[in-house]
Amino acid sequence: MFSYYLQLGLRSLRRNPMLTALMVMAIGFGVAASMTTYSVFRATSRDPIPQKSDVLYNVQLDNWGPENTKEGEPPPALSYKDATALLRAHKAKRQTVTYPIGVSVIPEDPSRLPVRQGAYATGADFFPMFDVPFLQGRAWSLDDDEKHADVAVISKSLNDKLFNGGQSVGKQINLDGHLFRITGVIEDWAPQPLFFDVPNTSGFDEGASVYVPFNRAVDLRLPNNGNNNCVKDPGEGWDNYLRSECIWLSLWTELPSKSEAQSYREYLSGYAAEMQRSGRFSWAPNVRLRNVMDWLSVQKVVPRESQVSLLVSLGFLVICLVNTIGLLLAKFMRRAPEIGVRRALGASRLDIYAQFLIEAGTIGIAGGVLGLLLTGLGVLGVGLVFPEDIARLATLDPTLMLLTLVVAITASVVAAFYPTWRAAQVQPAWQLKSN
Amino acid sequence: MQIRPILAALRRHKAGTILIALQIALTLAIVCNALFIVHERVERVRRTTGMNEANVIAVQNLYVGSPGTYLPLMKTDLQALRSMPGVEDAYVTNSFPLRRGGWSTTAQRNADDGKNGVQSALYFGDEHALATLGVKLIAGRNFTPGEITSFTRDQQPAPPQVIVTKAFADKMFPDGNALGKTVYYIKGRPSTIIGIVEKLTVPWIDTDFIDNVTIMPLLFDSSYQHFVLRTKPGQQDAVFKSVASTLYGVNRMRVLPEKNGVRTFGMVRSAAYEADRGMAVLMSIVCGVLLAITAAGIVGLSSFWVGQRRKQIGVRRALGARKSDILGYFMTENFLIALAGVVVGVILALGMNQWMLTQFEMQRLSFTYVLVGVVVLLGLGQAAVFAPALRASRVSPVEATRSV
Repeated sequence: MFSYYLQLGLRSLRRNPMLTALMVMAIGFGVAASMTTYSVFRATSRDPIPQKSDVLYNVQLDNWGPENTKEGEPPPALSYKDATALLRAHKAKRQTVTYPIGVSVIPEDPSRLPVRQGAYATGADFFPMFDVPFLQGRAWSLDDDEKHADVAVISKSLNDKLFNGGQSVGKQINLDGHLFRITGVIEDWAPQPLFFDVPNTSGFDEGASVYVPFNRAVDLRLPNNGNNNCVKDPGEGWDNYLRSECIWLSLWTELPSKSEAQSYREYLSGYAAEMQRSGRFSWAPNVRLRNVMDWLSVQKVVPRESQVSLLVSLGFLVICLVNTIGLLLAKFMRRAPEIGVRRALGASRLDIYAQFLIEAGTIGIAGGVLGLLLTGLGVLGVGLVFPEDIARLATLDPTLMLLTLVVAITASVVAAFYPTWRAAQVQPAWQLKSN
Repeated sequence: MQIRPILAALRRHKAGTILIALQIALTLAIVCNALFIVHERVERVRRTTGMNEANVIAVQNLYVGSPGTYLPLMKTDLQALRSMPGVEDAYVTNSFPLRRGGWSTTAQRNADDGKNGVQSALYFGDEHALATLGVKLIAGRNFTPGEITSFTRDQQPAPPQVIVTKAFADKMFPDGNALGKTVYYIKGRPSTIIGIVEKLTVPWIDTDFIDNVTIMPLLFDSSYQHFVLRTKPGQQDAVFKSVASTLYGVNRMRVLPEKNGVRTFGMVRSAAYEADRGMAVLMSIVCGVLLAITAAGIVGLSSFWVGQRRKQIGVRRALGARKSDILGYFMTENFLIALAGVVVGVILALGMNQWMLTQFEMQRLSFTYVLVGVVVLLGLGQAAVFAPALRASRVSPVEATRSV
């Protein structure tokens, strides 16, 4: 029966090629617009570290007071004073503080030009905490952190550039005239959104190719390459800066269970209360401990453009569906006499439903194939509409392809419900009589 | 034209009528908002910087190594750039309009006043800055070479003289006469306004103090610098190609990043407004396709109706209706449906805008856009129904006599 209805459907679609083309195009365009913008939305709203996103927590602490914060939200980063005090307390399984630094790598070969690289100053825990994949060697040790050692981890592409991809563990790298010993080479690792440094990257960035110990970076006074926000003049000089209430450091902790997270939260409140008692804060403790997805959502990582365009294209799809309902209604009702004959010859309402829904399904398939082609074009063209950092994340993978087809077929079958119902209501006697 | 019979006929085609009206309503809601987004973005992209943007090149430069002071390097580089053939003028700075990165601070009128300051972006530069940027000095004077000093990362920028934009001067001194007045960028360090420029914008594109800029006669002694060059007319391409090799020729211990190392101001501008332009393009495409699909839908449904009513049309024609009556009938019918659609659509459009207002910090939809949308959709409906209506008007009265 299915193949017979399919044949009937195809024949009927061939009878009004214009109307058919119109419906296929409506479904195709509607689905393609939605899927293209969805591909961008999906890329910007995804979980960058799914296996650990619920045990990694960003730490926030209000050291500015209600006058300088909006709606009670503590500043998005920490001061040096607080970050190092919290680090020293060792209340989490793993913890690391980071800030972006800009360094120039000076190649050993004097004929080659120096290259600028994105870099982070961080702690030894950074690598196991964030599951950073190592190709050679390993992260530096906690001991290296303590000793303020001159060690570094570099990325594969920098290793390719400097050492032609060879073994480089133990070799030296010259960063702005300071020598660091390489302890490991990692893959070109940059989870998107770049959750551990949202305040400086808005979430989308190529990532860094050099990592050095935080303690050493502070010794060398490597300036912060990211945002630096002060509510009070910090005074002149690096030491005043470290003592100031300027915020520039991100602190991340790994807390494997809910109870550990709860006790860390209590510790954090206790720390802030201590600061209040000592007179540094004149306000009640205001702290936040957010896991990765909560942090990304509070920081509004998904660009406004992506949300608006997804909404508008979903509206577009709805209009295309309304359009298809109208056209299908016209098409089906025109065949009332034919339906009357079929019903008179013994076809049940169910048969009519099956026949017309299958016909609509074939439109859905055709619309889906067109939609797939257009989505492919759309994803290629995303670069014309969205900034490069975001556009490169949008891809047409098998999931999206399947989703495109499923949405197209579902949409057209849903659109066909009402027209089919009307078709099934056709009274055979009426049709036979009037003609 | 009799409206009552049309309404009576429509009552017998409820589903089709509602579908067309609904489609017109939704299309109006989306097209109004989408066009408004386009308008908002285009307005942003068209904002001027106050500069003469033609023939300007920006070079991002990082000195490598730690020489103690970078000032001699900066001065040699400037000399080399200024003596390049094709270069009219050049200066070195921390930032410039549309760079999307830079310094800002809150300036105060009084030495002790901690509140009610005016936010301002800070640009550092020497006496060549104004000419290189091509900004217009409307009061006071430019810096003199003797006024140019320097400061390091450990110090604060607070020179005795500054040049400010008119917007900043007016906000700081609402009574006018800002020239010669004192401003505090750092507590206890007075700066005198010696010049006022007509307009110059901040490096960022999303601030609420876009026209508040202060130019300070300073060189920032740091490894990270931006050179801004003004080329002679017609020489921009040549300078663009040779500027990197000129700088590397002076000193190899530097990085001009591969991406964005050397940019014409046109490139700076297009990078800054990439997202806005993209959004405008996307929304325009959506509007275009949406209107086309809605028009096609109206054509399809109207044709169906005409086909369905051939017999009735034939009867009317046989009873004396002229072709124009039939044409008018279908046009009016569509107009009535579209009217119902746009009424609902206006409510939907305003509701949607209200919701986007709270979610995405958009502006309130201007009523002109709604009005334009209404006219466009009514017109679109009439245009779309014209062909089917014309076909209806050509139905011969003979059809009335045919039984099938």
